[in-house]
Amino acid sequence: MLTIKDLRVNYGGIEAVKGISFTVPDKSIVTLIGANGAGKSTTLRSITGLVKASGGSIQFDGTELLGLETPEIVTRGITLVPEGRRVFPDMTVIENIRIGAYLRKDDLEPDIEWVYSLFPRLKERSWQLAGTLSGGEQQMLAVARALMSHPRLLMMDEPSLGLAPLIVQDIFSIIQEINKQGVTILLIEQNANMALRIADQGYVLETGRISLSGTGKELLADESVKAAYLGKKK
Amino acid sequence: MSFTTFLQQCLTGISLGGAYALIAIGYTLVYGILRLINFAHGDIFMMAGYFMIFAMASLPWFLAIPVTLLVTVLLGVSIERVAYRPLRSAPRMSVMISAIGVSYLLQNLATYLFTALPKGYPEIPFLKRIFQIGGLSASFVTFLTPVLTLVLVYLLILLINHTKIGMAMRAVSKDYETASLMGIKINKTISFTFAVGSLLAGIGSILYFTDRMTVFPFSGSLPGLKCFVAAVFGGIGSIPGAVIGGFILGLGETALVAMGQSTFSDAFTFILLIVMLLIRPTGLFGEKTTDKV
Repeated sequence: MLTIKDLRVNYGGIEAVKGISFTVPDKSIVTLIGANGAGKSTTLRSITGLVKASGGSIQFDGTELLGLETPEIVTRGITLVPEGRRVFPDMTVIENIRIGAYLRKDDLEPDIEWVYSLFPRLKERSWQLAGTLSGGEQQMLAVARALMSHPRLLMMDEPSLGLAPLIVQDIFSIIQEINKQGVTILLIEQNANMALRIADQGYVLETGRISLSGTGKELLADESVKAAYLGKKK
Repeated sequence: MSFTTFLQQCLTGISLGGAYALIAIGYTLVYGILRLINFAHGDIFMMAGYFMIFAMASLPWFLAIPVTLLVTVLLGVSIERVAYRPLRSAPRMSVMISAIGVSYLLQNLATYLFTALPKGYPEIPFLKRIFQIGGLSASFVTFLTPVLTLVLVYLLILLINHTKIGMAMRAVSKDYETASLMGIKINKTISFTFAVGSLLAGIGSILYFTDRMTVFPFSGSLPGLKCFVAAVFGGIGSIPGAVIGGFILGLGETALVAMGQSTFSDAFTFILLIVMLLIRPTGLFGEKTTDKV
């Protein structure tokens, strides 16, 4: 579905992504793990056109995305749940959900019902301002908002950041649920343990390069991954 | 001062305040979305005055008004396109200096094209009709201005809170990146904001100049500055703030003139600004700047 070849991105004068290649197959969950500054966020941001890549190619169902503006990329069925959630704090929950469907002109009600069934907490808080929600609820809202555009590929930048462990589990089980309903997922995480458990395929990013790849299970069992990202001694 | 005179002065003040409010909204809208003080806004207002003079020279008023408003909107949108958009990722100070540049450019362009001599503002017959209500008598425009202002503000608030483009404006004013992830076209939304601001400045210009009879190339600079003060006073970025700021300024100035202190009527505006900045730097309804990590 998504094929990235030799992607290079310069960010603030340094090469943050130094030629990475990977693929995201249709209906799968793929994760990129790695430390701070490894280039994970930059990779996602360049897929959505928020930062301009300096070389390589990003193909989505055979069309080249490089050089397209963000709204055009969103139109093609890719969406990003940004790092830090970035809900619109002065809008109500329902307005945040509706704005996720900004490009759509059809009836939104069935989809609003659908995201409310995924996140019943949001339904209770429908008229509350998004800025008054807790971190976990804001993360749920950010995911719900992203789903409203009917993405075929949903990308998430550190959905577990700053959330309590129980809530992280909730979020991850919902990610799996969304995937079962046919949405392809590209997830980046520092919480490598959680991410690799649900991933079909994982890639380890180190200073802008892919240093390891394998299925989620393979990487969980890998000694170097264990030592570097899972905090387990050999 | 008799009660009728008092009411008469209040009416004048509210009417002036209405025109100020319409212009102040332009400052506040643009600030809300670009974090830019559009110093050229007062000069757009002045240019709208000239456009009306030329439109009225060859067209009946009911055509001249829409033509003037359209040309004013085009001017506002083109200024954004040419002078601000290329600086989108530049530091904010550069855009502000560009705005000051545009302001001087328009003033000098007007001097060059139309000479510095004041030009007579055309009379729009129905606006100049004198009306009498009780002991009050004033031209129709004096009664119309505050009413029209409130109607336009109401429509604007409806637009911002209940339409898709309004939703896009609110999203863009908070967060460009996330807004574009929603599929919102940032530049289109900003152009639309300039169009709305310029349209209101155009309407304000017709109401304001109809009462003042002449336009000259610097007609926009003092009213522009005052309306900027009104926007800051009300809390820049807030539409109700700009409206209330505009009315307070209009009433305050008129009160000073009525008391025979017209020398100080301009000073009043700026004293008000200084006091407000000292007491409440974010203005009456200003955004609270809370940083949450």
